[in-house]
Amino acid sequence: MTEEPRSTPLEERHETLGARMVDFAGWRMPIQYAGIIEEHRAVRERAGLFDLCHMGELFVEGPEAGAALAHAVTTDPRALAVGRAQYSMICAPDGGILDDLIVYRLADDRFLVVANASNAAVVSDALAERIDGRRAVLDDRSLATALVAIQGPAARQILAPLAGLDLDAIHYYGIAEGSVAGIPALVARTGYTGEDGFEVFVEAGAATALWDALAAAGAGAGLVPVGLGARDTLRLEAGMPLYGNELNRSTTPFEAGLGRVVKLAKDGGFVGRDALAKAADAGPRKLLVGLAVRGRGIARHGHPVFAGGRATGAVTSGTMSPTLGIPIAMAYVAPGDAPPGTMLDVEIREARVAAEVVPLPFYARPR
Amino acid sequence: MIPADLRYTKEHEWVRVEGDAATVGITDHAADQLGDIVFVELPAVGTVLRQFATFGVVESVKAVSDLFAPVGGEVLEANAALGATPEVVNSDPYGGGWMLRLRLADPRQLDGLLDAAAYEALVAEG
Repeated sequence: MTEEPRSTPLEERHETLGARMVDFAGWRMPIQYAGIIEEHRAVRERAGLFDLCHMGELFVEGPEAGAALAHAVTTDPRALAVGRAQYSMICAPDGGILDDLIVYRLADDRFLVVANASNAAVVSDALAERIDGRRAVLDDRSLATALVAIQGPAARQILAPLAGLDLDAIHYYGIAEGSVAGIPALVARTGYTGEDGFEVFVEAGAATALWDALAAAGAGAGLVPVGLGARDTLRLEAGMPLYGNELNRSTTPFEAGLGRVVKLAKDGGFVGRDALAKAADAGPRKLLVGLAVRGRGIARHGHPVFAGGRATGAVTSGTMSPTLGIPIAMAYVAPGDAPPGTMLDVEIREARVAAEVVPLPFYARPR
Repeated sequence: MIPADLRYTKEHEWVRVEGDAATVGITDHAADQLGDIVFVELPAVGTVLRQFATFGVVESVKAVSDLFAPVGGEVLEANAALGATPEVVNSDPYGGGWMLRLRLADPRQLDGLLDAAAYEALVAEG
């Protein structure tokens, strides 16, 4: 990672907005504009605009695209209706998680796989290798594609006047092809905030036009730009895992509480299937839990977790929850210490601080 | 922006001396760089600090940062109000956001600190 970080097509916009920029996964990204808490609250109460151009967009096309993907990932994309999406994982042969993904079905023979920026190259290489020999081709359009998300309770009403398609026909985890502000776009009702919202994919050259149109349309409704800082606190409150924190190569989907995305019985098998079947039989070595810190202190990534005097695991993500006003965290602990209500201790700067296992998510939007 | 009557550390703490009492906090620049401050951990009254020793931590949503004592001395008071309203460190860093009052051990320690002009130059360097 000694290469210069890439700039997204929206970097000039971030500079104009006074964003604080950081290097993240090989990209120069805005971490905050007005402030993490203010941006976080805007998304919970109104709407936020996110530059997600760093994400990987991998198109898989061909008569055997569905079968090829079914071999490559843990879910069965063949079961998706056109215009629907599924949360999925791509695993190593030993069952370790290479990345978590969203797989969208755009047509009978055309899929879009969205990967994390930090893993886009790994996923692209793995998909290329795994679909080899089938009648399907991989088109890695990560650099050619811009992704802008609009998330929050006001997202639909802001986007609707610009959308050259019926947003109400796109349900949660749906996607449709159309236009936004006259720009050809794929519009998906997905996100990483726990709110209703949309992710809009356009050609990279149209990124600024899309951003400007959304910003202008949302100005009166309190839409604000949101950086990676609030993206992280929003996803943590929503109990959504982050690769590198909750997910990594030495963790199985079962341990992350995501066994539902592992389709062991699907036709044709898939890479990692045998190892994952064994892991399912053996049971998890650790389990991902939510923690509400009851004492004084903020649990952070890497802090050890104890049950009585016994080491039981470690915190994977932690912050002060802007919505709940208490410190929250996710942690891996021994399965016996995972039931909600269990009292544990987090070691914060040599002090043991009480924390209670609570159900995930910490926050669910009112419906 | 940077009060002229205070002394500063290179780690962005300030100290205000009145007689043998020293009041300590972090600068506006430090608070701004940290972002939204959500937690401050301070020492107990009676703790004796050496100059430049860590005396606590300040946490923003994203980051954890150590606090360094600009001068040595016994802790006379820690700002208990920051327990419930740590955001005051952002909104009023030189006033309500103060952190400690110390009994100044040795006034000569002030010579090892930056004056406002030197601190302003440090911040301008980035």
